[in-house]
Amino acid sequence: MKLLVVLILSALSLTQVQAQDAIAILNKVDANINSETSITKSDMIIYGRRNNRTVTSVGYAEGNSKSFSEYLAPEREKGTKMLKLDDRLWIYSPSTDRTIQLSGHMLKQSVMGSDLSYEDMMENRKLTEMYHAKVVGEETIDGRKTWILQLNAKVDDATYDSRKVWVDTERYVPLREEMYAKSGLLLKKTELKDVKKIDGRWYPTKMNYKDMLKDGKGTDFVVLEIEFDANIPEHIFSKASLKK
Amino acid sequence: MIKFIFKAILRDKNRSVLPVAVVSIGVFLTIALSGYLSGFLGDMIDQTARFQTGHVKVMSRAYAENIDQMPNDLALLGIDEIHKELNSDFPDYTWVNRINFGGIIDAPGENEVSKGQGPAMGMAIEMFSKNSSEIERMNLVNSLVEGKIPKKSGEVLLGHEFAEKLGVKIGDELTYMGSTMNGSMTFASFTISGTVRFGVMAMDKGTVIIDFTDAQQILDMENGTGEILGFYKDEVFMQDQAIEMREAFNAKYADNPDEFAPIMKTLGEQSSMGTYLDLVDSVSGMFVVIFIIIMSIVLWNTGLIGGLRRYQEFGIRIALGEEKSHIYRTMIYEAVLIGIIGSLIGTSLGIVVTLLMQKYGIDISGMMKDATMMMPSVIKSKFTLQLLYIGFIPGLLAMVFGNMLSGIGIYKRETATLFKELEV
Repeated sequence: MKLLVVLILSALSLTQVQAQDAIAILNKVDANINSETSITKSDMIIYGRRNNRTVTSVGYAEGNSKSFSEYLAPEREKGTKMLKLDDRLWIYSPSTDRTIQLSGHMLKQSVMGSDLSYEDMMENRKLTEMYHAKVVGEETIDGRKTWILQLNAKVDDATYDSRKVWVDTERYVPLREEMYAKSGLLLKKTELKDVKKIDGRWYPTKMNYKDMLKDGKGTDFVVLEIEFDANIPEHIFSKASLKK
Repeated sequence: MIKFIFKAILRDKNRSVLPVAVVSIGVFLTIALSGYLSGFLGDMIDQTARFQTGHVKVMSRAYAENIDQMPNDLALLGIDEIHKELNSDFPDYTWVNRINFGGIIDAPGENEVSKGQGPAMGMAIEMFSKNSSEIERMNLVNSLVEGKIPKKSGEVLLGHEFAEKLGVKIGDELTYMGSTMNGSMTFASFTISGTVRFGVMAMDKGTVIIDFTDAQQILDMENGTGEILGFYKDEVFMQDQAIEMREAFNAKYADNPDEFAPIMKTLGEQSSMGTYLDLVDSVSGMFVVIFIIIMSIVLWNTGLIGGLRRYQEFGIRIALGEEKSHIYRTMIYEAVLIGIIGSLIGTSLGIVVTLLMQKYGIDISGMMKDATMMMPSVIKSKFTLQLLYIGFIPGLLAMVFGNMLSGIGIYKRETATLFKELEV
């Protein structure tokens, strides 16, 4: 009987330790990936059945709640701007000189024909705020040892009911992520590569984002330049900046 | 003798009113129901052809595999050449371009705030082309609730319920946001020229209609289209002919491995219409046959009862020396006359009701408020020449058979026992 109690208590404390470890891992990942502010220039490569397109943009972000991006190329997209403030998203079109706010189920639409939806872009809360996490295993990806973290939603409005994240054990950078629906259906998958040290942080500069419900190769995001903790004027994160 | 029998029927209402009434009702129901079924099911096929499938449709192979998603990134290109080929090889068909597209419609309000926004189901048809029959085919003029058909680039028709939901009116500006054929984001401004009501709830709540050339421009589909629809002359769907045409067209591209090579599909091969067409044929036929059988049994029974009721009369007539075969023949002649009278009345009533239902129909829009199916909101009957005999013949024959069966008893009567029966 005494032995049984000891065994049960050990299992419970092991679970607690695992949960705490998972949270500690996620906090370290956050410290790497997130910053007070950032300015990023990137390419989004969209693979179509007929041709591939590369869309270049520059993005300004303050934490996870504010971001402003402007598309620089190709000609069709040039001058299109997006502003995200908390849970609201506006898009400006130079051809119609109109600013449109997207909300509700409109956010499920694809961004520029990519595998990313506006809803995916809008996600601004930390994983630790939305999910219970625990370490469920280990795996090696491209020669890098990773922990496998199982995340289950603890809020009702999480975009995905559960996730699996593979975190580099040395660099605390996610190398793979899978997002699941409540039914267990795999909805989205990301693969992160080309991890580089920038300003003392490890940062993945190439990401493939794949909608698992669609055929195709998914969408590649390539970070061309990134500056952490940059000085960004406040007026950038205002609707007025969309029309400038 | 026929005149004599006819007078007897008119004078002796006891033996004619009930059988005539039963025959009339049975024939009337058969015709009314057949007309209703033809109308309802035929309407759905016709509507689907006009709005979605055409009698045949040409698209790229890749588009055909994903047709439910309206994949304009897999659209058909080089359509000038394809049209030349279709017009030359199949001159009995009219070939029209259509582009179906999705996106968001936003109605600007004051101070940069939208006053309405919603997902749109876009349809681009050839409205500006001089020889185009699309306006008539889509019945746009009669479907107009307000305003007019677009006459120039940048004008749009909106589903009436959609316009109400967005809070917009004729002359207001709208912004369309969507994706080009290549996946680029595209925005376009339109002015509302009119609102339409198709009587199909799914369309009225979210449809946007623009001209085909506008769609080509905003979706970067130069010399391209999502679909080329073919309609047989007189707009009548001929399944066998469509299949033959499809085989001939597809055979030309059989050796072409390109996933964007054109492919033709008939109405029956799209949107489960094949199953639907077979269902229409078999259910319609089955329903009519079952109904006719049931009605025939009822009328047969009426004939039997009619014959049995006159048991004593026949006995007297045999006793008076009338030949059994003569009595039997007069019985049959009476049955024929009653059958004809009843069938005529029933057929006339059935056709009148069918024609009225064809004109006015039954409005089921109240039941379809949240429906997304492409179904007409007003169910109408359809008059066909078949209705003239589909109730008449069984109505007549069932009455005659009934009387023939009951009349067999006449031959079993024995003269020797007749007077004994009369004592009863």
